[in-house]
Amino acid sequence: MWKDLLVERRSKETLNALFFFALLLLFVFQFAVGPDRERLAGTLPGLLWLGFLLTGLLGLGRTFVVERENDCWEALRLAPGDKSAIYVGKLAGNLLLMFVVEAILVALFGIFFNLDLAGVLPALIVVIGLGTVAFAAVGTLFAAMTSQVRARELLFPVLLLPVQAPVLLATVKATEAVLLGEPLGSVAHWLKLLGAADVIFVTVGVLTFDFVLEG
Amino acid sequence: MFRVVGGLTLVALTAGLVMAFGVAPREVTQGNVQRIMYLHVPSVWVAYLAFAVVLVASIVYLARRLDGADRLAHASAEVGVLFTGLTIATGSIWGKPTWGTWWTWDARLTSVSILFVMYLGYLLLRGMIDDPDQGARYAAVLGIVAAFNIPLVHFSVYWWRTLHQPPSLMKPGPGTMPGVIVAALMVNFVAFSLLYVYFVAKRVRLLQREAEAAA
Repeated sequence: MWKDLLVERRSKETLNALFFFALLLLFVFQFAVGPDRERLAGTLPGLLWLGFLLTGLLGLGRTFVVERENDCWEALRLAPGDKSAIYVGKLAGNLLLMFVVEAILVALFGIFFNLDLAGVLPALIVVIGLGTVAFAAVGTLFAAMTSQVRARELLFPVLLLPVQAPVLLATVKATEAVLLGEPLGSVAHWLKLLGAADVIFVTVGVLTFDFVLEG
Repeated sequence: MFRVVGGLTLVALTAGLVMAFGVAPREVTQGNVQRIMYLHVPSVWVAYLAFAVVLVASIVYLARRLDGADRLAHASAEVGVLFTGLTIATGSIWGKPTWGTWWTWDARLTSVSILFVMYLGYLLLRGMIDDPDQGARYAAVLGIVAAFNIPLVHFSVYWWRTLHQPPSLMKPGPGTMPGVIVAALMVNFVAFSLLYVYFVAKRVRLLQREAEAAA
């Protein structure tokens, strides 16, 4: 994991591109929905998560690109010790990347759509954190699978999106409530669902990653 | 063996048709349209059964590396997708005269269609990998993730819809059904389960032959 972070810090290639992509997404959303403030406010939670989702698809899809391009896949496979450590490391790196991009996106949303985020920020962080862990846990696992397959850029989102449907529903609904200033208690059932998703996906990821890496 | 199961399936399906169209009474409010239930409900049962089999076969494959378990998972997923599609199609045909629309984002419709795309992705992944061993492992991992996702899909979609909408349409529960209808439904349950076994057995045999031919 430290190696990945180091590479990323040196090159900043993924982060720069993702930042720019997030900015472009904001423009696209603005053009797509139009200047009508009422309508914009109603679609905002959905748009925010759509932004996370699209940047996440691009960012997570690149998880194992370095290994593939430099032919280090074999080295990963042959690495001594527990393979699930590699998964946890990759997941932690992805989480960090996602959180940075999400923080930027939230700030941009706040500026461009004129939101007052200060009051709801702690609750928002809880929702985004829970949702992102579930997203990144499956994303990292699937990225490892699809990195070895033909048409990986296509297959990765096609596999990931249906699996993420419940997480997306839960996060959008919870974000909507949070942005309206409701307390977290009012969306407790969604948070429980997200928590369950986090536990399930991380556990399955840790247990099955060994089999993905094997071939 | 195939002959016996095939023959039994044929008999059971015929009995099911007779029960559905001949013996079961015409429903008072919905009329003959209601008879599609005898196709619809057993289809969704078979779909869930099939995906449960995929889960078990996937775990067995990863633990024991039996090629048979992999072929069973593959065949079962294909049949499951087929019956999920049948469920959606028959539900649409029923929904048009009853609800006045082919499609609505009702809780059950949504969750079944998410299952549909999730397992379509599973079949897509299988189709994209050339190395049979690698394909089997990746598909098994995906089969496990997808199966654990089913309860999440179920709850999220249920809350997503039913918190805002009275559950009048979603609960046409069997509690009030007269005995004849239940009997007709049961015959069709048995018939569809036999059909599932027959399809899967045929498909497993075919996959086995393909593997032998390729070897």
